[in-house]
Amino acid sequence: MNARLALLLSLALPLAARADFTGKVIKIGVLNDQSGLYADLAGQGSVTAAKMAAEEMGGKIGDASVEVIFADHQNKPDVGSTIARQWIDVDGVDVIVDVPTSSVALAVAQVVKDKNKVFLASGPATSDLTGKACSPNTVHWTYDTYALAHTTGTAEVQSGGDTWFFLTADYAFGQALERDTTAVVTAAGGKVLGGVKHPLNTTDFSSFLLQAQSSKAKVIGLANAGGDTINSIKAASEFGIVKGGQRLAGLLVFITDVHALGLQTAQGLILSESFYWDRDDKTRAWSKKFGARMGGKMPSMVQAGVYAAVLHYLKAVKALKSDADGKAVVDQMKKLGTDDPAFGKGTIRADGRKMHPMYLYEVKAPSESKGPWDYYKLKKEVPANEAFRPLDKGECPLVAGSAK
Amino acid sequence: MLAVPLQALFGQLLIGLINGSFYALLSLGLAIIFGLLNVINFCHGALYMLGAFVAWGLLEKAGIGYWPALLIAPLAVGLLGVVIERTLLRRISGLDPLYGLLLTFGIALILQGVFSNWFGSSGMPYEMPSQLRGGQALGFMFLPNYRVWVIGVSLIICVGTWAITEGTRLGSWLRAATENASLVSAFGINVPRMITITYALGVALAAFAGVLAAPIYRVSPLMGADLIIVVFAVVVIGGMGSIIGSIVTGFTLGVLEGLTKVFYPEASNTVIFVVMAIVLLVRPAGLFGKQA
Repeated sequence: MNARLALLLSLALPLAARADFTGKVIKIGVLNDQSGLYADLAGQGSVTAAKMAAEEMGGKIGDASVEVIFADHQNKPDVGSTIARQWIDVDGVDVIVDVPTSSVALAVAQVVKDKNKVFLASGPATSDLTGKACSPNTVHWTYDTYALAHTTGTAEVQSGGDTWFFLTADYAFGQALERDTTAVVTAAGGKVLGGVKHPLNTTDFSSFLLQAQSSKAKVIGLANAGGDTINSIKAASEFGIVKGGQRLAGLLVFITDVHALGLQTAQGLILSESFYWDRDDKTRAWSKKFGARMGGKMPSMVQAGVYAAVLHYLKAVKALKSDADGKAVVDQMKKLGTDDPAFGKGTIRADGRKMHPMYLYEVKAPSESKGPWDYYKLKKEVPANEAFRPLDKGECPLVAGSAK
Repeated sequence: MLAVPLQALFGQLLIGLINGSFYALLSLGLAIIFGLLNVINFCHGALYMLGAFVAWGLLEKAGIGYWPALLIAPLAVGLLGVVIERTLLRRISGLDPLYGLLLTFGIALILQGVFSNWFGSSGMPYEMPSQLRGGQALGFMFLPNYRVWVIGVSLIICVGTWAITEGTRLGSWLRAATENASLVSAFGINVPRMITITYALGVALAAFAGVLAAPIYRVSPLMGADLIIVVFAVVVIGGMGSIIGSIVTGFTLGVLEGLTKVFYPEASNTVIFVVMAIVLLVRPAGLFGKQA
């Protein structure tokens, strides 16, 4: 080791030991769809949720202030990873939050891992984030394709829907969701009769639904999200799919989608969420605060997930007195139990999976709804260890390394 | 390919025709505007969206239903068209068409941004008029009544517009002004006013399509942006400014897209652009355009 390097190292050592906050500020970057088909379920609502978490911690941790910034990734992986790189390299962002659209999330997770920062995934669905593509810098908070498939898929098969046809969004998320649901359906003794892969952001689904109709499958599984799901359900109602005896299974339906559809069209739909604003007193109280800042809109589970994840991140940073080493922060997050008004008490697993129950809901008929946003009836609570993939089944290298 | 039953094929052809009627209505307006103003009206999609929003607002705020909206929304948007033409487009007439494209693109972005900000991106539901609910069981498919209505009314509008431009005095002035505006004004015809009317008519057609689309899709700020690129491809394939070209191409491409959704769904968003590339290579002026 030459003298210069030693000198540099000696300079660096006390810095590290002092465990400072990088740049005297904990910078939270909310990266999501601000203008496209996922903007309502994430978008500005997620930014507000992150700000609420920051304010709850007093806007300050130690002598570092907490700052929330946001950007639009336009659902494009290249745009998302470019912003992530710029945020981390130039703007001093310490943690990237939300990132709906699985393909973008997978790209951002890689960037965050390379730079040793923290990625709190709330919006994306693909279970690969805690599986093959797991990272010591990622926490996957709200839900994933495996949990959706198990909660909705199992319920449908159990109530007699043993033949399936899929309408699948043709990118990472849709494919993962179709794959996970197919596994559930076949394991429960059902059969998949066929499927269509449609491009992201399709306007007219009537043609695909006609194919689903002629397949004679009992259940049409919608492995898509946001605007695509809304358009599928609208067209299905128009073409008399449900009246014809086939059932729709919305594998990923958000409350914002139900809001856009209206109860008249959406009633009777079975869906899974990990958060519903009207679940208990705590969720109601928090959602009311959120609604007051968002013009009366109730939070989606993605937005609630952003709030809870940021809150837990800040608690971990506070305990650690540092935000410099992303992996260390995530390790600390895994060590601490989680507790927040949106999801209650929970844990984060070695593969980065946040564990909490999933809930199976049915959309109310217009006559059952007491007011705006009163949309769901609880059908079943699925405990975390049943809803999410068993730790040893995910092929996550982190877990393989820790297994003795 | 043979695995697809004939019955399903009929269904797909019909659905393609329905989507084609939207393409035809929108590209018709674009073709008229381009023909006379030489403006590539990029805010056409935004005005289509605006038409749907006017219908939604009428129902939501004033309790005015679908049928009056079918008239009011095109009128309102047509008036906005007059304002846009008089205050903005007129200033850049005679300049390179690129200026018109940039200006209207800017208008589109503003309209979409403002509406996204107000209403969010998921959009709002718009109930179908009760007279057109339900549908017919045709054996090979269930055909919703509303779609039959859409296809019928767009055909009537398209043929009507074509008949006006080909068969009436106003139409002959219009065609003449397209060829040589200064000569037509020398005959004492008020060309600037005709330009205003034409633009208003073109965008009113877009708004009309927007109201037609509201019950099928959602009333959403991005509904126009999703459609407009396809419609531009239709206009290019049909031949810029050709009215009959845009109508025929609109319906044909709707059917072609429908068939793609059966045989290779992944490509259904791209097939129109593939056709556009081929047509541009073989007949650069479009199928119905005048060869330069």
